[in-house]
Amino acid sequence: MIPAPFDYVRPATVDEALRALADGGEDAKILAGGQSLIPVMRLRLAAPSVVVDLTRVAELRGVREDGDALVIGAMTTHSDVVSDPLIAQHAPLIAQATETVADRQVRHRGTFGGALAHADPAGDLPAVALALDAEFVIAGPAGRRTVPAREFFVDYLTTALAEDEILVEIRVPKLAGQWGMHYEKFNRVAQAWSIVAVAAAVRREDGHIAEARIGLTNMGPTPLRATATEQALAGVAAGADAIAGAAAHAAEGTAPSDDLNAKADYREHLARVLTRRAVAAAAGLPA
Amino acid sequence: MTQISVRVDGASYTDDVEPRTLLVHYLREHLGKVGTVVGCDTSNCGACTVHLDGEAVKSCTVLAVQADGSEVTTIEGISGGDGAQDGSLHPMQKAFHEMHGLQCGYCTPGMIMASIDLVADNPDPSEHEVREGIEGNLCRCTGYQNIVRAVQQAAAEMRGSAPAAPDTLGAQA
Ligand SMILES: Cc1cc2nc3c(=O)[nH]c(=O)nc-3n(C[C@H](O)[C@H](O)[C@H](O)COP(=O)(O)OP(=O)(O)OC[C@H]3O[C@@H](n4cnc5c(N)ncnc54)[C@H](O)[C@@H]3O)c2cc1C
Ligand code: FES
Ligand code: FES
Repeated sequence: MIPAPFDYVRPATVDEALRALADGGEDAKILAGGQSLIPVMRLRLAAPSVVVDLTRVAELRGVREDGDALVIGAMTTHSDVVSDPLIAQHAPLIAQATETVADRQVRHRGTFGGALAHADPAGDLPAVALALDAEFVIAGPAGRRTVPAREFFVDYLTTALAEDEILVEIRVPKLAGQWGMHYEKFNRVAQAWSIVAVAAAVRREDGHIAEARIGLTNMGPTPLRATATEQALAGVAAGADAIAGAAAHAAEGTAPSDDLNAKADYREHLARVLTRRAVAAAAGLPA
Repeated sequence: MTQISVRVDGASYTDDVEPRTLLVHYLREHLGKVGTVVGCDTSNCGACTVHLDGEAVKSCTVLAVQADGSEVTTIEGISGGDGAQDGSLHPMQKAFHEMHGLQCGYCTPGMIMASIDLVADNPDPSEHEVREGIEGNLCRCTGYQNIVRAVQQAAAEMRGSAPAAPDTLGAQA
């Protein structure tokens, strides 16, 4: 199918893009990699009157260091994320999760910022951003603001971004100490979205788990932290039993959906099993 | 209408297109490049895969206006180059032919374009890496066995080692 007609604008800077959004009014839409937006426009589930294409806004692309943070431009493609040396060094969890996203064609176009702004509950990157306590830098008509991951994801496909705002970059704190990370995704066929997935980052100290950060994908309308498991892990000896005990709490406080792919209680089961595996792998233990 | 200039399979074109025109429709309907096909409405099947500035993309999920200023290579532009003798098949095309990597052939243009992209990144992919590398391309006929063999044979030829022994049709025959 073919999208409904629209006007197309291709700005070269963030300021130009903001102006184009303001001029376009309510029905203007940002186009990043187009790997979620073009499919929904083709099905006429979205019919924006103006499309503002960020592909040529060079300042939005690339990864850099800024003191204690890694800064990832919103328009950095999934395939650039997967091969980026700074991400590999400071936040390998992001690269690992991104490698599981879709397929190589989609990863060549789709962007880190687009996946976060789209905020699909089955998307792999929101839970990773939440687990790593990332911050979202947003540009709007009144200037820039920074929103923590906990406040960025508001509801199903809904973020803190207003219609006239642009996600500019994502700041990921560099973790100090001995951290291990792992993304554990469950899906049934190649190229498919997560039925459930778990992002884990674990800091070990003298054979103990000093701190664990766990993000859950597709266990509710937004990504969630497995808070009860995180608390149960703090300070325990890094062993299979302790991890299994803590992982048993992984579904507490979640609200998974019942759909064609899985029933809610099955998703809860998956959350527990995948959390155990993800934490064990992140702690350097056999799963 | 928006004016775009693109190079497609080595030739330059300047055209007025509606912004909503998908790249695949531009290729097929404006340029007559019907070798690139549409197999789905959901960006899943990969039949429409082309190279945009050297990277495999699903041309049903790119707007023609986004290709402005870019270089596009379709299945119609790969023979006679990239290591093949003039006018002859690309090693990937030849391998799909020799290893029976197709039945109805509908997925083949996309399979070949995705596979060339994969081998450019990974010149010696294992069977598992081939399967992962072409996960964005669906085939309803072959069961993938011979596609995987074809990609590995082409990879061997493209890196200049001897092609795999042709006993490999057994499992499917
Ligand atoms: C076949 C297929 C399989 C997929 N499988 C997976 C998967 O397994 N896991 C997964 O996580 N994802 C998957 N995806 C989605 C993929 O990750 C997309 O790249 C992503 O969801 C959207 O990124 P994009 O850059 O293409 O954004 P677009 O499609 O261009 O935009 C998506 C939305 O975000 C908004 N937006 C984009 N960028 C910004 C910005 N900078 N500021 C403000 N708003 C913005 C747009 O207006 C739009 O509403 C899949 C997609 C396809 C086609
Ligand atoms: S036609 Fe493009 S992915 Fe199916
Ligand atoms: S050969 Fe028929 S779909 Fe692949």
